[in-house]
Amino acid sequence: MIFSDPEIWAATLSMAVPLALPAIGGTFSERTGVVNIAMEGIMLIGAFFAVAFSYWTGSAWLGLLAALICGGLTAAALAWGAIRVSADQTVLGMGINIFAAGLTTFLLNTLFGFNGTPISTPKLPNISIPGLDNIPYIGVIFQNQSILVYIMIVLVIVSHWFLFHTRLGLRMRSVGEHPLAADTLGINVWRIRYFGVILSGLFSALGGAYLSIGVLNGFTANMTNGRGYIALAAMIFGKWTPLGSFGAALIFGFSTALGIVLQGQGISSNLLQMIPYALTILALAGLVGRAVAPAADGIPYDPRRS
Amino acid sequence: MEIVDLKKWFPGVKANDGVNLTLRGGEVHAILGENGAGKSTLMKMIYGLLEPTSGEIRFMGKAVHFRSPREAIHAGIGMVHQHFMLIPALTVAENVVLGDEPGRIKFDRKEAQKRVRELSEKYRLAIDPSAKVADLSVGLQQRVEILKAFYRKAKLIILDEPTALLTPQETRELFSIIRGLKAEGVPVLFISHKLDEVLEISDRVTVMRAGKTVETVETKGATPQTLANLMVGREVVLRVEKSDAHPGEPILQVHDLHVRDFGRMERVKGVNLELRRGEILGLAGIDGNGQFELADAIAGLLKPEQGQIIFDGDDITRWSPAERTERGIAYVPQDRQLDGLVLSFNLVENTILRDFRKRPFAKNGVIDRTAATNYTERLIREFDVRPPDASRKASELSGGNQQKVILAREVSRDPLMLIAAQPTRGLDVGAIEGIHRQLVRLRDEGKGVLLVSLELEEILSLSDRIAVIHDGRIVDIVPGAQATREQIGLLMTGSRGHSEVSMS
Repeated sequence: MIFSDPEIWAATLSMAVPLALPAIGGTFSERTGVVNIAMEGIMLIGAFFAVAFSYWTGSAWLGLLAALICGGLTAAALAWGAIRVSADQTVLGMGINIFAAGLTTFLLNTLFGFNGTPISTPKLPNISIPGLDNIPYIGVIFQNQSILVYIMIVLVIVSHWFLFHTRLGLRMRSVGEHPLAADTLGINVWRIRYFGVILSGLFSALGGAYLSIGVLNGFTANMTNGRGYIALAAMIFGKWTPLGSFGAALIFGFSTALGIVLQGQGISSNLLQMIPYALTILALAGLVGRAVAPAADGIPYDPRRS
Repeated sequence: MEIVDLKKWFPGVKANDGVNLTLRGGEVHAILGENGAGKSTLMKMIYGLLEPTSGEIRFMGKAVHFRSPREAIHAGIGMVHQHFMLIPALTVAENVVLGDEPGRIKFDRKEAQKRVRELSEKYRLAIDPSAKVADLSVGLQQRVEILKAFYRKAKLIILDEPTALLTPQETRELFSIIRGLKAEGVPVLFISHKLDEVLEISDRVTVMRAGKTVETVETKGATPQTLANLMVGREVVLRVEKSDAHPGEPILQVHDLHVRDFGRMERVKGVNLELRRGEILGLAGIDGNGQFELADAIAGLLKPEQGQIIFDGDDITRWSPAERTERGIAYVPQDRQLDGLVLSFNLVENTILRDFRKRPFAKNGVIDRTAATNYTERLIREFDVRPPDASRKASELSGGNQQKVILAREVSRDPLMLIAAQPTRGLDVGAIEGIHRQLVRLRDEGKGVLLVSLELEEILSLSDRIAVIHDGRIVDIVPGAQATREQIGLLMTGSRGHSEVSMS
């Protein structure tokens, strides 16, 4: 039976990373009241600059740092448009996605030529945690996983604690629910929203970097392949919480892993590849449980109008 | 607190034009005025949301210039807004401490709950700090607002139209809270346009009219009539003058009606009701007992599960709202801004909303603007809508004038029956007087009027018969002339008591 094979769970975990990270990022943004559908674009930017700087500097870690900086800057642009000039957040996010797809493809071709990024690009290490890999079954799941898998697990826990058990987390949630109320209590709504959106950029870029220098060591055009949108579904599926987003990402990751494992078993691979996307539609259509978005999600806040 | 000759001029409007007020320590001071008299502008200036054009606000002996609510809060001013500034998704404790939370990085939830519990004990505002605000009644949410003010060490509490959303019981509780604050020496500024409440709770009253403070009087020596005259600036008829009803044939009969609301909750659970021509039937009840679903069902906006609605001899149970309108049912819905008007349309478009398909407003499917505008202008004159400008958007009108537009549209179609749900909600004395007169006039013309209201006073002063609804059922129907406040109030809680005048 394929479900008893730990390999499918290892693949599930690995596939969940580039979904869970942007989903948690989106959670931070939307919890402060800014709709972020630009995860796809920010992931692409993260993925590309991770490879580029990893190659140029010879260090995958510096590549990761560059991915974070570029992702953060892109998110800052989104934040400025959404917060300062009260632009339509869905249009802005879509704009960033299209811009990122074009920019990364253009830079890929101009900087690296049509052969793609060099195969000598360093990637982030895969590690096994000593002790953990001795446990039967569980050990196999965690054997030789990218270091970003472990970082993600830590981030899931820290994010949840941060959002629900810290003063700043409380303020973020209040700003996303009722910014005017928060403002009258002396909370700087705009600053909190910038923080939330930029944080989402960092998480998304990390997810992108996982694809390009965590799993592989190269960038191909549009390599995120819609994962930013699936992450969006995972965020909603997870009811705008980091733990929920992670859980949803695992489900989506599993469906992808299942698709891979079942290949060559007589089921059409096209049909199998469809599973995560079909799940996404179900989640976004609100069929999977009732999820309530933060009350002020997507509504610009203008303190002068209060 | 002392306010000296405060003025706030907007381009073209003198919202406040000479406000003078002295608030003494430990007194409950009411500010009474009609909607548009400048009460909100005054509050916004005190709370740092607007800057005065001229004049001065002195607080604790010093002149203050708040540039934001933050500064006002910091100085010790606690404001309870009409629309609460609460976050429904968070708990009571979280709402109270927000912005000044205990803990360093971690939010110390236990400490927050402890502090809120201490405050609630000190000011006798019983509340569960760990409850989610969304789960609380409006009355309890208001307590959270008051606690928020005290958590920030408020030395003065401003209550802006605090009873607008409360049930009579909750209002009673609020008043006992206010008395408690007074006993603690906390001064309270109580803003309202409701005479009876002001008379009951305040020590002194300052009346505002057209942006000016007219007079400050001791509440002891004031009567509803003197205050109402000060407010409106002329003699006001408080009690509705009406002759005896001459009820005729039944116009509406409701048999065993069951209605579910949009959330599939059964709200009306077997109502039997009869309305005759030439009478006003008041439907009294506490909010949420099915009265508005019943009104919606009669107007055709909700489909009944079961039962029958007979109107003027026709079974209209399955008719569409448009067919009912055609047949002679007029409806003034509860929420005038949501269901009564299209706010972004102008008055012409709003007055022909029901009849735009027909002559003279439309010919061959094209709207005749001239005919529609003439008609609207006539209604504006007849119903004294202000400003008298048919090209204004409905959203630009005050609540009272919006209601006049709806009433004008419904009544001028010469219906056989009018359903009026909360027709005077949020309106001031002058406007209420006018609407009430219209309802009585309709009755005297031989039409049936079904008045659904949460205001007991309104029901008592207008109705020829009073039906009391509780939990989706009619508890009793009593003649309006003999009914007392206590009797109806008791019936509204569902207890039949021993009403001797029972008719059903």
